[in-house]
Amino acid sequence: MRDWDGAEMLTQPRMAVENLRIGRNGSTLLDVPYLALGGPGPTLILGPNGAGKSLLLRCMHGLIQPDGGTVWQDGALLGEDHRARQAMVFQTPVLLRRSVAANLDFVLRRQGVRWGSRKARIAALLDEGGLAGKERQAARSLSGGEAQRLAILRALACNPEILFLDEPTSALDPAATQAVEALILRASARGTRIVMVTHDVGQARRLGHDIVLMQAGRVAEHSQAADFFAAPRTAAGRAYLSGALVI
Amino acid sequence: MQGFAEEFRVAMGLIVSGDPELWAIVLLSLKVSLLAVLIAACIGMPIGAALAVGRFPGRRLVIVLLNALMGLPPVVVGLLVYLMLSRSGPLGVLQLLYTPTAMIIAQVLLVTPIIAALTRQTVETLDIEYTEQLRSLGVSRLASVPVLLWDGRLALLTALLAGFGRAIAEVGAVIVVGGNINHVTRVMTTTIALETSKGNLALALALGAILVGIAFVVTALVSMIGISREREVLHHA
Repeated sequence: MRDWDGAEMLTQPRMAVENLRIGRNGSTLLDVPYLALGGPGPTLILGPNGAGKSLLLRCMHGLIQPDGGTVWQDGALLGEDHRARQAMVFQTPVLLRRSVAANLDFVLRRQGVRWGSRKARIAALLDEGGLAGKERQAARSLSGGEAQRLAILRALACNPEILFLDEPTSALDPAATQAVEALILRASARGTRIVMVTHDVGQARRLGHDIVLMQAGRVAEHSQAADFFAAPRTAAGRAYLSGALVI
Repeated sequence: MQGFAEEFRVAMGLIVSGDPELWAIVLLSLKVSLLAVLIAACIGMPIGAALAVGRFPGRRLVIVLLNALMGLPPVVVGLLVYLMLSRSGPLGVLQLLYTPTAMIIAQVLLVTPIIAALTRQTVETLDIEYTEQLRSLGVSRLASVPVLLWDGRLALLTALLAGFGRAIAEVGAVIVVGGNINHVTRVMTTTIALETSKGNLALALALGAILVGIAFVVTALVSMIGISREREVLHHA
């Protein structure tokens, strides 16, 4: 898996990181020699607090410059043109202090979509996220679940090839979580590559095609979801699923 | 006591009857202070936004200085503008001393630090919240400035109102550079000072009532904006 040989180039991973390192004050926050993400379904990143999950996500999205190492997308070094084909949804949705529709319009306008098409696209997106009829409402007056769905819709409005999600449902109740998951699964079915951090093992079971388990800044295990939940290959995987892995 | 009641009655009469002298003074006050706030906004908002978003050596010192300038004594500002505009001063050739323009300049100097400092605070707070999201959406640092200013519009409106409140109620600077000349540079505050010392309490009282009314409206607007911002935050929590 370490090798970046010709055979692997043919089945090129969408995202890969090599020798990624971030340290602070002598301690290692992130140390990933190699990780390739390229399966057909969502990748779920699991791990205890402080395992480096969010850092890894931010590195792959180019929000954080690692101390060392490289991030690849489609076989090329991550650059601004790749960034434009990615989107990210944060744990706490950051909505502009504008109407629901204006939050989506902001992104569409930046992409140069003309007003007539923007209107139709906004209506379609709101319909998709179950927010139809709320277009004129102040985005920041939405409920937590609605706000996160709007944040996801805004990310999807960028037509991303890869969508990163950082614990998007950690503050939501089960019904709101279900609505967000449905939205993510539909995006995945349409071909958007999903890379999502979660603490929720049940959610990882429901959504994950493959599981990346992180521990203390390192990738402890990267397995197909079915294999991981049936029989984790590593001690860390077994400990995490049994609830024993806390740091 | 009867005298005071009588003065008060005359004062109210002046307001209600639309006394031309009184309303000319009110209009000049509004004109000078509104123009001063407009100009101060054009200068102060870009400075505040640049300080909030930009990173350069000495930035913290500039912020401390700006905050300190918010408390400039008006009479000192008046004195400085007087020295600049007086016939022997560096800008004496412009012959602006004792004109409404001189008063506007003085008020701009008083109000700009207020607007700049409040803009800096607003934009910086918002920037902390938005920065990752905007970067994720591909918005450059420079392009994020108009987004932050627009999304901070309620707080910025409060800053403008605070500036206007300071300008319209200030007497020290405008009396020094305006000279309180009848029909030329006489505004509400300077007229109140003069007429009170002359014993013409009716006109002073009438202007005082209008000034208090304006201050009330400004304060009410500020707190109404504050309430609607709090509501936004509560909803979001």
